[in-house]
Amino acid sequence: MEATYIRRKKDGRIHLKFGNKGERVIRGVLILLTILTIMAFIFFNYSGLELSSAITETAYNLKVMFLEPALSHFSWGDAFYQIGITLGLAFLSTILGAIIAFFLALMAAMNLSNKWLTRTVRVFVAFIRAVPTVLWVLIFAISAGLGSEAAILGMLFHSIAYLVKAFSEAFEEVDEGILEALRATGAKWWHIVTHAVLPSTFTYLMSWVFLRFEINFGVAVAMGAAAGAGGIGFELFMASGFYFDLREVGFITYAILIIAIILEIISTRLKSRFFPASKAN
Amino acid sequence: MTEKTMRKSRWQTTIFLAIIIILTYLSSAITEFNIIEGIATLPKAFSWIFANLMITPETFDRLPMILETLTETILMSIAATTTAAVISLFLGLFGSNTTKVNGVLSAFARFIASVSRNIPVVAWALVLLISFGQNSVTGFLALFVGTVGFLTRAFIESIDEASKSSVEALTATGATYFQIVYKAVIPQCLPQIISWILFMIETNIRNATLIGILTGTGIGYTFDLYYKTLNYNAVALVTLCIVITVIMIELFSNYIRRVIL
Repeated sequence: MEATYIRRKKDGRIHLKFGNKGERVIRGVLILLTILTIMAFIFFNYSGLELSSAITETAYNLKVMFLEPALSHFSWGDAFYQIGITLGLAFLSTILGAIIAFFLALMAAMNLSNKWLTRTVRVFVAFIRAVPTVLWVLIFAISAGLGSEAAILGMLFHSIAYLVKAFSEAFEEVDEGILEALRATGAKWWHIVTHAVLPSTFTYLMSWVFLRFEINFGVAVAMGAAAGAGGIGFELFMASGFYFDLREVGFITYAILIIAIILEIISTRLKSRFFPASKAN
Repeated sequence: MTEKTMRKSRWQTTIFLAIIIILTYLSSAITEFNIIEGIATLPKAFSWIFANLMITPETFDRLPMILETLTETILMSIAATTTAAVISLFLGLFGSNTTKVNGVLSAFARFIASVSRNIPVVAWALVLLISFGQNSVTGFLALFVGTVGFLTRAFIESIDEASKSSVEALTATGATYFQIVYKAVIPQCLPQIISWILFMIETNIRNATLIGILTGTGIGYTFDLYYKTLNYNAVALVTLCIVITVIMIELFSNYIRRVIL
């Protein structure tokens, strides 16, 4: 029995450090990541880079951006309007995503659905998640035509994937006893959903939806810049890519920062209220 | 549940739904989004996707070039994540309540994290592009800044969660700050930290595509190039390569998480 508690070396000395599988894997991952990082720096494409002048220029640019923000190509009213568009894109894709995700999550939850359906929905969701949002938006922009429809459809896909995962985990935590009690009374599947699952998880679902809204705001800014979806992100892209107007870039950055921080404060409150022990992602 | 509380909760639900509907209406108005039109375009969009986004044998000629830029993007995301993780570990140690050196440093770490996380990666990429030019370093730095913000917050939370009692025990034995961090905090949080790093690598590969489109590097640039020259078969191949990469990295990191957590 001793051998299972104390591992000895060949010459009988006791192993002071012996790793279990977890420790070995951690060490392996750290070594692998270090090697890949060094490789990355070796294989980087450094064309056209003059590091010292780039750093001083960027420092100067950042100074102009953050210390002298100003508007030149559009007015305060336009700025609010553009922020409104970005918030609108984020809101619509979140709310539509939440509705669709609710039904898909019912199918993906182990305790409410059969194995076959659960697996299909999960594979589908994994595929959606693997395509970056910007590619979805660009693909929809050619296939559905430019405009807010393409942007919202593209953003919708990732919102659905994210919320299906969160919702189905929430559904799986519903007390099995409640479901069993309702089944014993002869309640239909839909009755179980509306009378047991929905009431006991509703606030939880809502906080996930809000967390997704916070993420979608950032995504909407990015889509405006990279996929021409409009809103404040597009103005940001125009200001830096076409007008080279760093003061305006600074102003827009501040505007985005303020909204993002407000959203973050609300979501931190929600998180500490509804999920005391869960992770933030 | 009494009748009164039921009526109250029904009122709350109604008001809540009304607010959601009003907000939805306002958002549709401001973004000129028409939900019926949106649904109507879906079948058309999907039939277009199935008709045009097909990988033909000729596009495989471009595979080496695609794989090369894809490798560049993967390496860039990994490098940005690991270097950011090193910085974030220090910021996390300074920012956490159990291991903070003093209040000023802690506030500083949290401030850095909040600013770099909330300014969108797009803004960093666009500003850096102006003077760093069109190369990998621009994308690397943009990802790096955003990752520092996110990982610092995650590390602060992991350190706070994990290590109160062991830090107290080591403080009682008279261990120095360095010993406490090295012998108690890091070993305890390491699985969590690795898990966050893996999560961030996955996220960064997706973000790197976006940044690549903006800064003209990596797989994002390749995608943009084929997209703008209307070479949809190649677009499909690029997308497929990204999907396979992301899914493989996800499976790999899920495996590691199962072992270490």
